[in-house]
Amino acid sequence: MTQPVSPPRDDTPKLSPQAEPGSWRTVAARADVRTLSLLGVLAALILIGGITKPEEFLDTRNLQLVLTQASVIGVVTVGMTFVITSGGIDLSVGAIVALASVWATTVATQEYGFAGVLFTAVLVGVGCGLVNGMLIAYGAMVPFIATLAMLASARGLALQITDGKTQIVSIEGILELGERDSYVLGVPPLVMVFAVVTIIGWLVLNRTTFGRRTVAVGGNAEAARLAGIDVRRQRLYLYLLSGLCCGIAAFLLIVLSGSGQNTNGNLYELDAIAAAIIGGTLLSGGRGTITGSVLGVLIFTTITNIFALNNLQSDVQQIAKGAIIVAAVLVQRRTASTT
Amino acid sequence: MPELTSRRGLLFGTAAVSAGVLLTGCTSNDSSDEPAANDQPAADDKPGKQVTIGFAGPQADHGWLNAINDNAKNRAKKYKDVTLEITEGSNDTAAQIGQIETLINKKVDVLVVLPADGKALTQVGLQAMRAGIPVINLDRIFNSPQAYRCWIGGDNYGMGLSAGHYIGEKLKDKKNARVIELAGLDNLELTQQRTDGFDAALKNYPNIKKVARQAAEFTVESGQAKMSQLLQAQSKFDALWNHDDDQGVGALRAIKQAGRDDFLMVGGAGALSAFQAIESDDSVLKATVLYPPTMAASAIDLARALGQSKGVGGLAEFEIPASLTLYSAVVDKDNVKQYMSTGFK
Repeated sequence: MTQPVSPPRDDTPKLSPQAEPGSWRTVAARADVRTLSLLGVLAALILIGGITKPEEFLDTRNLQLVLTQASVIGVVTVGMTFVITSGGIDLSVGAIVALASVWATTVATQEYGFAGVLFTAVLVGVGCGLVNGMLIAYGAMVPFIATLAMLASARGLALQITDGKTQIVSIEGILELGERDSYVLGVPPLVMVFAVVTIIGWLVLNRTTFGRRTVAVGGNAEAARLAGIDVRRQRLYLYLLSGLCCGIAAFLLIVLSGSGQNTNGNLYELDAIAAAIIGGTLLSGGRGTITGSVLGVLIFTTITNIFALNNLQSDVQQIAKGAIIVAAVLVQRRTASTT
Repeated sequence: MPELTSRRGLLFGTAAVSAGVLLTGCTSNDSSDEPAANDQPAADDKPGKQVTIGFAGPQADHGWLNAINDNAKNRAKKYKDVTLEITEGSNDTAAQIGQIETLINKKVDVLVVLPADGKALTQVGLQAMRAGIPVINLDRIFNSPQAYRCWIGGDNYGMGLSAGHYIGEKLKDKKNARVIELAGLDNLELTQQRTDGFDAALKNYPNIKKVARQAAEFTVESGQAKMSQLLQAQSKFDALWNHDDDQGVGALRAIKQAGRDDFLMVGGAGALSAFQAIESDDSVLKATVLYPPTMAASAIDLARALGQSKGVGGLAEFEIPASLTLYSAVVDKDNVKQYMSTGFK
């Protein structure tokens, strides 16, 4: 953990050390200290889980379970990472997931089958993202306010669509996707989607002009504008992207829970922001890491899993969760400053 | 978290309505509601004095509360001598107080109030009583008995007892039986009452041990998440009590996903989906203990009796009781048909 590492250069667009080309050895050597310390935290958690509940925790089924539970919020967090990297924030992700999941599971939508549900979920997500993006990029609204307004209206609309009722999904193809028979080589389809979204997200952020523009806008929007980047269009695309991720996540949640409910995605905004920040993405923008975000999500999901396996109650869980967040950030800071 | 929810609540009204208007037409699910439950009137069928009943409840943001509204409306429709003044539900204490004050000013004959927060709405209950309008307090109880003429509501402790006894009887001949509990939202006092009742009932069966308890959040999503963890934690157990049928949809999904069927499951509340699963008998769900939304229909009946100065038919007294705690019945395959129409979505 103490290899010589180049300090984070927050002022250049090409920041994520993972982006440096080279063999895996040089990649590892240059890997962000933060990422390494996150891996350390995750390893410590796995150790704790393995010691307290060896049989139940160190089990393929449990690995499948943890990764499945991480998929929905994981996909949301990838989108959130882009938005935060650009210096923005999206408070509406949970509400968008709720709205997309209930809109895609109404009796009317379900008549169009598997494709209808998938299409609706994604379209509603993108639609909400478009509204967010237009308000922020072209309406010059502060992201916090624009997405807070979206949070309120999307939740309200979700309630209006459902009347508070639970909408059960009766399409076999969707239900089967969440069951063991559709695992490919032991990998649940939901986890595959999560993996694909993560890889695409990583490539886009680290290997494309779009990614560099995102970092540039977050680092210094004015400088980015002077450098010829269309900042407004970039912002619009970013909130669209976040909405798209919410739409995908909503579909995953429909598969997982076999239903749509207006309470879905409760407090996802906080979970996603926390995972991204713990992962090493700067809340003020200009620096973002998909790897870190995904590790952040995995840390949260693993904690929940270990607590449940040890039958700890909600009160203890919440206290410990808070303590672990603080500890994880402190460990990161320390390792980052001593190298 | 409370800060966030209240901020949310604040924005709900305006934003939801404006966004909603655009889209209702094409998305709403239809809700054809037939009258449910035992429809004998509390007083008698004879048309009496015209009674205007004011009804104020919280925002119907989940199935059970929605069923409360439907039950009240349908019951009122049944009587020619009843006019129902129903307010837009609200979870905001100040808003609900305002709505009840409006009903007081309209001089309704009787008020039926399901407070969003019983303690916070005690004052307005007192105010109505002082203005000479008797209050039927529905389910969430006011702080002071002076704030209502009659309280009617469910029994959370009793739910736990019913579930515990049902499971106990099923497992009483089994050595070292293991039971797990999927509770509701731990932040609510009622969840603790349900758990206390469940534990108390299980004490009667020394062969049974509760080996695990996890709390979900009354939502399908949380039910699926917590249940899948419980299943991973407990490779073998004999019975499960789930506090709430809504989160039970998620729990059943997790059970199916894990491919488990080696135990008996009991639900809670009385959702239509649970009744259907019990009737078709093709899952681990074998019974559910009620927290009946039909109490709203009963409240309307009591309000009518009160407005017409009648007692409850079949009881010797000339007045309606001051307090009515409803029994948490166990619904299983044998009697599910009778309850089917009371199931909520």
